[in-house]
Order: sequence, then structure tokens, then C-alpha cells
Amino acid sequence: MISASQRLWRTSPLTYVALVLAALLSIYPFYYMMVIGSRSLDNINDVPPPLTPGGAFGDNFGRVLDNDAANFLTGMMNSIIVSSVVTLSVVLTGSLAGFAFAKLKFRGSNALLLAIIVTMMIPTQMGLIPLWGMMQDLGWYDTLYAVTVPFLVTAFGVFMMRQYASQAISDELIEAGRVDGASTFRIYWSIVLPALRPAAGVLGLLTFMETWNSFLWPYAILTPENPTLQVSLSFLSYAYYTDYSQVFAATAVGTIPLVIVFLVFGRQIIGGIMEGAVKS
Amino acid sequence: MSLSATTARPSPAAPPPPDDSSRRRRGKLLNRLDVKYSPYLYIAPFFLIFGAFGLYPMMRTAWMSLHDWDMIGDHTFIGFDNYTRLVSDEYFWNALVNTFGIFALSTIPQLLLALFLANLLNRTFLRAKTFFRMAIFMPNVVSVAAVAIVFGMLFQREFGLFNWLLSFVGVDPVDWDGHRWSSWMAISSMVNWRWTGYNTLILLAGMQAIPKDLYEAAAIDGASPWRQFWQITLPMLKPTFIFVVILSTIGGMQLFTEPLLFANGNIIGGNQREFQTLAMYMYEMGIVNLNTAGYGAAVAWAIFMIIILVSLFNFLLVRRSAK
Repeated sequence: MISASQRLWRTSPLTYVALVLAALLSIYPFYYMMVIGSRSLDNINDVPPPLTPGGAFGDNFGRVLDNDAANFLTGMMNSIIVSSVVTLSVVLTGSLAGFAFAKLKFRGSNALLLAIIVTMMIPTQMGLIPLWGMMQDLGWYDTLYAVTVPFLVTAFGVFMMRQYASQAISDELIEAGRVDGASTFRIYWSIVLPALRPAAGVLGLLTFMETWNSFLWPYAILTPENPTLQVSLSFLSYAYYTDYSQVFAATAVGTIPLVIVFLVFGRQIIGGIMEGAVKS
Repeated sequence: MSLSATTARPSPAAPPPPDDSSRRRRGKLLNRLDVKYSPYLYIAPFFLIFGAFGLYPMMRTAWMSLHDWDMIGDHTFIGFDNYTRLVSDEYFWNALVNTFGIFALSTIPQLLLALFLANLLNRTFLRAKTFFRMAIFMPNVVSVAAVAIVFGMLFQREFGLFNWLLSFVGVDPVDWDGHRWSSWMAISSMVNWRWTGYNTLILLAGMQAIPKDLYEAAAIDGASPWRQFWQITLPMLKPTFIFVVILSTIGGMQLFTEPLLFANGNIIGGNQREFQTLAMYMYEMGIVNLNTAGYGAAVAWAIFMIIILVSLFNFLLVRRSAK
């Protein structure tokens, strides 16, 4: 006879079958990317389609580098610069503002925090057309300023850091800093920022991925001569005669860094996402 | 315990030596200014940058939508003409239908599947939990552009994997980007693949916040797991579910990259606009055709209004049905 709680927590084999199936479906397109990216062009159109990787990855990626229309290396470089700058800024400005909202007293702080939370619900795409015009006026069309500056701060970053700071940092710690004569900024830099490190790490990872993967705005404001990686990939795949081996080799190279980051920090990233969901 | 300016002041029992007093007073003043005003400096970057590049463009969209606005020069105030034009614009209605079609095909199966998977992942004695969570979330790590490129190949007419699989059940090759329904399905599958895992995790987080003793009590009363799911999990999950539905609505109404890349960069989405979405139409009117920027801005505001209406509708629906 099984007890009630045993019956409750029992995990049936069917559960595993369903989960393994879901996992395979999730992972398969990554594998497919590798299969096509490493096959020579003449056997990707085979019927049945190839199901195992081949040995032509080097050749295919070589063609990516030779393809002057796609500017893949420029795209890669641009994406690294933009994603790094945006990530650094979002973490710094987010932690600074989050610290202020969580631990400092100032007039209007509640209303200002509420304003930030409300902005999280505004779809930013709605400002796309005037923003495009503004960039022209500023002379930022087709420059990295256009894809960096508007994203240096995020409401989500401020909100997430505030949530974490209000739990993780005790008021006594900050008071101790004040008694020692430290300025507020000094307290932020030497006490608060180190204490926020776990949350800052998750925020940084999420921001980096989002920036690396963003498409619509860079596509609107950058030309094929000066693309980010995603824009470069899209132009590769638009070619009249699509060289899929080449496109997939490039796509794989653009995706692998994020997959590696995810495999290393996945637990923290998932923890951060789930925690954020419960609180918001 | 609250923090105030007084904490940092030296105790009055130990007055400072007189020769030091002016420096000390200045220090104290600086300290007070620091405590009182520096918080505004710390939150200023957000408000400045968001104001300039987020809020202002959004307001300007509204202003532009009331004009016959040419990005190169002319702006003539025309009141609500752009909006009345929308009502009789067949391409706008076409984009609206496409957006809702793709939205329904992606959101409904996706949320049901996410609910199912989250329920499986919520088992206490599940092994390899982290592995499953990571595997299911992994599609969200890839860029939309990469997803669209890979799925574009899978949905190829001649040599694509899906048509090859269909051939086993005797179905003729489908011209995926040549018909309305087939292109909607192809695009929805990209959205579903990329977002199911994300929604699963959010729903799972909601499920884990439900107190376990509720289930224990129900089990003792003899409620089956299925019944527990209906009577405990679903009602308690309502706030999280509303959150997920609203996020999906915002995303679905703004769908752009998947259909654009599926059409190989053709902004009208298929030869007959079979899968041009609202966001693509906004882009076509506002950015591709610079002389109709005002009309494009009206499309943008229409999308915003639709998002609010659909979110509200979904909110009421979910709240009622999960009572």
C-alpha cells in the first residue's frame, strides 16, 4: 500500500518520455545547424536530407569570410563591442539606481520607481519611426552609437537590482559605512556593488544575450557595410542563390558563443529568470 | 531600521576642537548634500536616456501620426486623417488578420504545451531537473535571425526536412511560403520553438510558489493528480498565467523578424502579402517609404491600442475562466 504522499510525488516513466522528447525537439535545430554547416554544398540537397555532420565546416566558413557582401567579421566585431558596452552600462546604471531605490531615502522615490515599472510595459517598437528620424538628425545613422546609446539603461535592470539589493544588503552595513565617513558613492562602490555581484552577473548575462541577438533596430539603422552579426546573417541568407552550407556555418559560429555561455552559466540564468517571474 | 542624515553625525557629547570647526562644518554640509541629493544622480541616467530614446520617440509617434509627415521635409497637420485612412486600408486589415492568425497559432498551443511541461517539471522527485530545464530553455538563447534562417531551410519546398517527412504519410510537398495557412504555420512553429521553454520556466516558477501542503491535504482526501492540477494548480497559477499571456500578446502583436526572414527580406511578406504582419506594415510605411512616415506612425499607435485591447480581453478571459 502506497501512502498518500508517495502517490503524490511519484514520477511516472511517461513523464520522462515526454520530457526527453521535448528536450530533443529543443536541441535538434542546433544539431541540424551543425549538420548543414559541415556538409559540402552538393550533398545538402540530397533526398533523404543528411542527418549526420560532414567534414566541410572549414571550407564553408572560409566562404563566409571571403563573402564581401556579408561583412561577417565586421559584424562579429561590432556585436562584441556593442554587447559589451551595453552590458557594462546596464549593470552599472541598474545597480546604482537599484541601490538608490532600495537603500536610500529621497523625496518621490516611490513615484519614480513606479514610473520605471510602468515603462517596462511599453513596447519600445512603438517609437521606432521617430527614433529612426532622430538618428538621422544626430548623424548617427549607420554608426554604432545608434545601436548602443538608446540601450545603455533598462527598466528591467533597475527593477531587478532593486529587488536584490533590498534583500541582500542590510541597512546596518550601510550605516557602518556612513559612520566610517564614507560618501554615498563610496558606499555603493566598496560595499553595495560587491554584494550585488550574483544578481549583477545574471543581469549581465541576460543583457548580453539580448543585445547580441537583437535584430529589428540594427537592421533598420545599419547598412550591410557596417552590420551587427545578426544583420550580417540576414544578408547572407537573402542571397539570390542561397549557399546554405555557408549560411549555416556562419549561423553556427554566431550562435556557439552564446550556447557555451549558456552551458556554463545556465543554472544561474534560469534561476534569475524564474526568480524574476515570481516577483513581477 | 531607517537611515537618516543624523546617523553619520558625531555624538554631541564630544564637541570638536574649535580650531577644526570650519572644516568640519563644511564636511558636514557636504555630507548632508550627499545624503540628500546624490540619490537623484544615481537614478538620473535611467531617466535621461530612457526619456530621450524611449519615451520621447513614443510621444513623437503620436504627434507624427496627426501629420502628413515626410521624413525628408514636409509636415502638414491633418488631424485624424491617417487613422480614418487606416480603417479603409485593405493592406492594414490584411496585416491585422495575418498577425492574429499567427498569434493564435503560436500562443494557444505554446501555452498549453508550456503548462503541460511545467507540470511535469514540477514533480518533486524528478531526476535530472536542471538538465531538462536547460534543454527546454535553450532555444531562447539563439537569436531570432538564426531561428528564422534554420527554419527557413527546414521549410524549403524541394529539399526541406518537413516536406521530406510529410512524404512518408503521402502528403505532397507543401509550398510553405506560397499560401496563407502554410506560411502562418511555418512562422508560428518558429515562435513556438523559441518561446515554449521560456514560458514553461515562468509557469514552473509560479507553480513552485504554491504551498506544498495544499497538495498533501488534497492527496489525503483522495484527489487524483489530475484533479489536483485542475483544482489547485490552475487557480493558484492565475496571476502567473495572466503575466505570461500578456507577455505573449505584446510579443505576438509585434512579430517582425520571423516573417521578414521567412520572406527573404521582402517587407510585404510573400508575393500576395500572405504573411505580412502589422509590425512589417508599420516598417514598410514608416521606414521603407519615408514619405509616409506619418501614416506609419498611425499604424504604430494602432498596434499599441490593439495590444492594450487584446491584453485586457485576455486578462478578463483568464480571470473568469480560471475561477
